[in-house]
Amino acid sequence: MIEYQNIFTQVQVQGNPEWGMDDSGEMLQERVGKPFFSTLAGFVGNAQIGPIYLGWTGMVSLATGLIWFVIVGLNMLAQVGYSIPEFIRQLFWLALEPPSPEYGLSMPPLDEGGWYIIASLFLLVSVMTWLLRSYLLAAEHKMGKHVFWAFASAVWLFLVLGLLRPVLMGSWSEAVPYGIFPHLDWTTAFSIRYGNLYYNPFHCLSIVFLYGSVLLFCMHGGTILAVTRYGGDRELEQIYDRGTATERAALFWRWTMGFNATMEGIHRWAWWFAVLTPITGGIGILLTGTVVDNWFIWAQEHNFAPMYDGAYGYEDYGSYEAFIGKEN
Amino acid sequence: MFPKWFDKWNADNPTNIFGPAIAVGVVGGAIFAAALIVTWGNPYQTESMQTGPRGTGMSVPEYNVARTAADPTIEAYYTEEPYIPEGGEELAKDIYENVQVLGDLTDDNFNRVMLAMTQWVSPEEGCAYCHGDVDISEYGSDDLYTKVVSRRMIQMTQNINENWDGHVNAVAEVGVNCYTCHRGENVPSDIWFNVTPVNEAAGGWAAVQNRATAMSASTSLPSSALEVYLTDYDSEVNVHDLESRVAGVPGLTEDVHTIQKTEMTFSLMNYFSNSLGVNCVFCHNSRAFYDAAQYTPQWGIAQQGRQMVIEMNQEYLIPLKDTYPENRLGPIYADAPKAACRTCHKGYQRPLQGMNMTADWPELTSSDAPVYE
Repeated sequence: MIEYQNIFTQVQVQGNPEWGMDDSGEMLQERVGKPFFSTLAGFVGNAQIGPIYLGWTGMVSLATGLIWFVIVGLNMLAQVGYSIPEFIRQLFWLALEPPSPEYGLSMPPLDEGGWYIIASLFLLVSVMTWLLRSYLLAAEHKMGKHVFWAFASAVWLFLVLGLLRPVLMGSWSEAVPYGIFPHLDWTTAFSIRYGNLYYNPFHCLSIVFLYGSVLLFCMHGGTILAVTRYGGDRELEQIYDRGTATERAALFWRWTMGFNATMEGIHRWAWWFAVLTPITGGIGILLTGTVVDNWFIWAQEHNFAPMYDGAYGYEDYGSYEAFIGKEN
Repeated sequence: MFPKWFDKWNADNPTNIFGPAIAVGVVGGAIFAAALIVTWGNPYQTESMQTGPRGTGMSVPEYNVARTAADPTIEAYYTEEPYIPEGGEELAKDIYENVQVLGDLTDDNFNRVMLAMTQWVSPEEGCAYCHGDVDISEYGSDDLYTKVVSRRMIQMTQNINENWDGHVNAVAEVGVNCYTCHRGENVPSDIWFNVTPVNEAAGGWAAVQNRATAMSASTSLPSSALEVYLTDYDSEVNVHDLESRVAGVPGLTEDVHTIQKTEMTFSLMNYFSNSLGVNCVFCHNSRAFYDAAQYTPQWGIAQQGRQMVIEMNQEYLIPLKDTYPENRLGPIYADAPKAACRTCHKGYQRPLQGMNMTADWPELTSSDAPVYE
């Protein structure tokens, strides 16, 4: 019996692999990889894996991305003196760092950020060709370019962090290091250096859209799963031929909070929230250090960081012991 | 959901799985709980300690409750009240040879201080640790490096008590003596050595960070923070702009600081936190780290502490480099052992939980002749 009361997909279609249309007669040239079925993949998505269409953009993107990856990895390996055990042990700590500040926008020696510049160039080509790929493939399928624009919004943030802002600041040292923990250190230090990024209004907006995306995703996913038993998972059909699934989902939300999205409109909500996250975030980053250097002071000047007039510390507790909680 | 052969095998082999399932569940649950405690810490070992007016977020949320119990080294502390001189006694500098410090003490008090120092620093080796295994008439000799070093350490202790009231006597009359750092060990715990550069095949900022070292407290932050900020009088920790807009290129324009320097500051602050068992908001309001109007009083004490440590390292510890034998020098760069916050604090907000270390030891509070009360 088919059941829909599960967080995993219960029904899998496995049979002859689906190849897509062979409209140009060059199917096997364009699509590579022998397709196969994975039951595990079927729990969360389509059970069929492959074939894949690479195209010239995919080839260039993968090749340059691999070059970036290898440059970063070999630099890390060189930093630990080509010791594999130490490389594994320190992997999350190691990084390819941007140039030291004294080099500004000039090309530094290879071991002081030169490799970073070279690697970044390859990463730039890789990301941009992958972006182009998302456009070309959408065009090939005669689709709208929504995925392309969504990915472009993420690429905007990437460009701000690694290219636009460093150029405006006049120093490659402002770019983000390539490393697991080091890029997190960079994030914290960036916020602290510029007087607390939480007081950057575009950072605020970005957080709103990020958390909003999560909330919308959860609301939409939950709603659709809850009405799949009435055919609600056939969202496209429900958009132009509203059935009881849509009615129930709409009523649920309208009775809960007085407003409901539509079967089509919810996807516009989700798309805009997701897209606006990196767009607003990128604006916030771009303004930091170029237009505003201390967001807390900026926020005080614009009257949205309230002043706290109380006094701090043990003097207000009468004694040091009271202050550290040893007496009441 | 499962493959057909699996369902068929199950249908053909009915088994009561509740017994093993419960056993596996209990054991699995126990392992999960144990893993949580090991990785996230035992919640009953920490508590929240409010350190500012409510509503401001000023608290130490994971304060280690073990730190509120008595520091075990307090019990092992040796102390003895001074013998008040009646006047006219012969002084140590006249009795013994080569007494360059503590010379103004009476014989009784001189021997009292010497005895205490062996208890604090070399309880097992005794007098011989500094004076050698020789007749008492030869105790004036400076043959052993330990004696030369300890003379300088006595001067350092006197200097700290005399000139750094703002740090060591800030909250109450506490001061320091040899035991504050040594705690019965020849070499105090939590001393530090230079480790940077830590990375090969890299120069500049890339060479001093991104390695899990003791000096970075196993973070990927720079390992050079103590070298830079605790040995150099001219070093400045501040990184913030004090106006909403300050033009300039970071690192190239004066007083326009870089993200890299901020990371180094973070590394130093992380060391401060770990040394005292506190967090950022013990001294700062984290919403505006730089804002003097939002510091707690402890910030000023810590500031004094940094200057004090720089002086200790510059004037006393680093110049002793050539006095030490090789095995006392740094393992990587053969530099002199240096002190910092943790050398005294040992993870406590106040070393030895604020016990008065100078009450019985006026000899160690000034380079002048002691005043007994």
